[in-house]
Amino acid sequence: MSEKKTDEVTGVDTTGHEWDGIRELDNPLPRWWLWTFLACIVWAFGYMIFYPAVPMVSEATPGVLGYSSRAAVHQDIQDARAAQSEMISKVDSLPLAEIRQDADMLQFAINGGRAAFAVNCSQCHGSGAAGSPGYPNLNDDEWIWGGDLENIATTLRHGIRHPGDDETRFSEMPAFGRDGILDREQVKAVANRVLAFAGQPHDAELAAEGAELYADNCAACHGDAGKGDREQGAPNLADAIWLYGSTEADIARQIHAPRHGVMPAWGDKLDPVTIKQLTIYVHSLGGGE
Amino acid sequence: MGNVVLIILLGLAAVAGLFGAARGHDALFQAHAWVIVAASLVAIVALLQRLDRPSQEDTENSYADGVVRFGVIATVFWGVVGFLVGLVIALQLAFPELNLGYSFSSFGRLRPLHTSAVIFAFGGNALLATSFYVVQRTCRTRLALGGLHWFVFWGYQLFIVLAATGYVMGVTQSKEYAEPEWYVDIWLTLVWVAYLLVFLFTLFKRKEPHIYVANWFYLAFIVTVAMLHLVNNLAVPVSFLGSKSYSAFSGVQDALTQWWYGHNAVGFFLTAGFLGMMYYFVPKQAERPVYSYRLSIIHFWALIFLYIWAGPHHLHYTALPDWAQTLGMVFSIMLWMPSWGGMINGLMTLSGAWDKLRTDPVLRMMVVAVAFYGMSTFEGPMMSIKAVNGLSHYTDWTIGHVHSGALGWVGMISFGAVYFLVPRLWNRAGLYSLRLVSWHVWLATIGIVIYAAAMWVSGITQGLMWREYDPNGFLVYSFAETVNAMHPFYVIRAFGGLVYISGAFLMVYNVWRTIKGTPEIRAVASDVPATATANSAA
Repeated sequence: MSEKKTDEVTGVDTTGHEWDGIRELDNPLPRWWLWTFLACIVWAFGYMIFYPAVPMVSEATPGVLGYSSRAAVHQDIQDARAAQSEMISKVDSLPLAEIRQDADMLQFAINGGRAAFAVNCSQCHGSGAAGSPGYPNLNDDEWIWGGDLENIATTLRHGIRHPGDDETRFSEMPAFGRDGILDREQVKAVANRVLAFAGQPHDAELAAEGAELYADNCAACHGDAGKGDREQGAPNLADAIWLYGSTEADIARQIHAPRHGVMPAWGDKLDPVTIKQLTIYVHSLGGGE
Repeated sequence: MGNVVLIILLGLAAVAGLFGAARGHDALFQAHAWVIVAASLVAIVALLQRLDRPSQEDTENSYADGVVRFGVIATVFWGVVGFLVGLVIALQLAFPELNLGYSFSSFGRLRPLHTSAVIFAFGGNALLATSFYVVQRTCRTRLALGGLHWFVFWGYQLFIVLAATGYVMGVTQSKEYAEPEWYVDIWLTLVWVAYLLVFLFTLFKRKEPHIYVANWFYLAFIVTVAMLHLVNNLAVPVSFLGSKSYSAFSGVQDALTQWWYGHNAVGFFLTAGFLGMMYYFVPKQAERPVYSYRLSIIHFWALIFLYIWAGPHHLHYTALPDWAQTLGMVFSIMLWMPSWGGMINGLMTLSGAWDKLRTDPVLRMMVVAVAFYGMSTFEGPMMSIKAVNGLSHYTDWTIGHVHSGALGWVGMISFGAVYFLVPRLWNRAGLYSLRLVSWHVWLATIGIVIYAAAMWVSGITQGLMWREYDPNGFLVYSFAETVNAMHPFYVIRAFGGLVYISGAFLMVYNVWRTIKGTPEIRAVASDVPATATANSAA
């Protein structure tokens, strides 16, 4: 088919072609379309003049601006480093306590520590450092290994039970139940003694029974009054803060066969300035001593 | 006679499969060899059953519509499968427990299953079916090369099954949208060459003086996809009896080849092919002439020439040399108007027929599709600008962009084509229910809007959180915190997907009732008309 017809609705001629009843109008290109297309092409070639664009024999045309994304990112990193360098060197050289005295430096260290904490620590201790069963809450004032600046820094540097670090924090409570030191009933009695320390509901009879067992088996580390001993990493049992749960069953399970958490020695992985910032950040969370 | 030869060939394929199953070097290859054995046996049984029954279609005077019918059913079937897997992985992102802890149900395995099912199984079958339908009508001739189109159809389904089972079992060459391993790639190459031959030879024997614009787009899609597939999948198998291969490219060359492929899978599979679909079904459904022949020529060639350069915009701010990034960006900007040429021609074809949108939900479906096409092809060039890309790249914004194109353009133009084809292919007076089509249009549109809006908000939030520094120059958010912030949007996105898929279920019901329900009323419409005008009345 090849006969031109005029479309009645629009008054425009068709091209005369027809396929399966489909005809085509002979409309021109819409002007705005054509001009926008041409403008895009002009812009594209303009951009190619200013930026690296056309590959030649050995390298591409550099563009009149001499832009290079590598150079740009290099510059960005330089600028970011320069902006922080003064504060970083101060944090590096001053003792922790003095950093805390200066408001600007304190803010800088807290911000840097928070950023490092979010990347390295929040996986276990949680985004808000509130911890979870097995992972200590860092917002409260109970510290297993001590909550002053130096102790926090030591824990961060050497970790807890971190294999391969000679100075790592290490404590290991015996598995009283599993290793047959105490039988099931005795474990239960000691658990009630511990609940009594914490002032929680407990079976007074069992607690009394457990008092002697506690004195013989536990007091050496946890103390006569269950207040713990940070030198040995023995947690305080006389408060409402529990690492592995607060019910009789939770406590009995821990006496039977204790779990021992591990924290990496961050001194191997993070630079000293970041460790300092983390120390000050963790110290600032609420429980710092 | 031909069938006997085929049965012998299939028997040989089954024996080869048995050999692969017995001697394959890894369990995955053996499993795929068993799939080949099973497929060959099923095909042999099917052929044996029809040995003494000559096909009713076997005349040069009728269109080869059997394959189109199968293609339409495969489109609907794979569409629902692909959407369902999409909904599952959307829910997995919101609720990670739904990974269930098995390797085969993990997000990493199901995500390529979703992308390939919707792009290649749903979209691919829609393109196969409509291209075979359209090329016959617009060339006024039966498909060329005898029954080769059946090989194309069933060979393509085998490709889909091999790809899908491979993803779930863990066979992958780790190239996005090109995950299948070397032996599946070789099989697809054979099928695709057969597809190209059927299409080309049908064009050669056309009874119309000119080649209709829809066929230009279909042909560009078939040729370019062949080229992309061949180059990106160049690889050396570790063994001819094993499922693992190594890519011929490495480093940044591999990345660039992959995104040259990946972006042109969008450009030629999801754009050019579906523009071919639009150029036939929109004027047919609107019963109006195409708006501008000149625009169709200019935007076709501009689109074909410019699209192929745009891939590097997927690699902004990477190890890719700056000049390649520049070209990727400026070619994407230049692509904006050529893309919109298709939208203009689609929408303006309705001039004089806008009133039909009130009464014809099938046309409404197609018009919404074209509108989403226009939106995505504006958003794409915008996102290719380096400054915008610096924010949007790697965020959910990209996912939202892809889905406004995939759900809106590709999905809805295919649904429109299915609604157009089903009554004609099964000789029904009309669809079972236009009301259901209208519901489908609304559910699909609302579903996409919910989906895309959720992804815009989450993507921009994500991008801003990633780059937020405090006054001391420290990053404010960890990655995990940004993931946490995405949760509500992931839930909303899954809800949008649920709305969209519920529309697709309405389509399944509607198509099924149309095929099963209404008695045959129309005269058989698949005879090749003697003249073009005789056909235009149909």
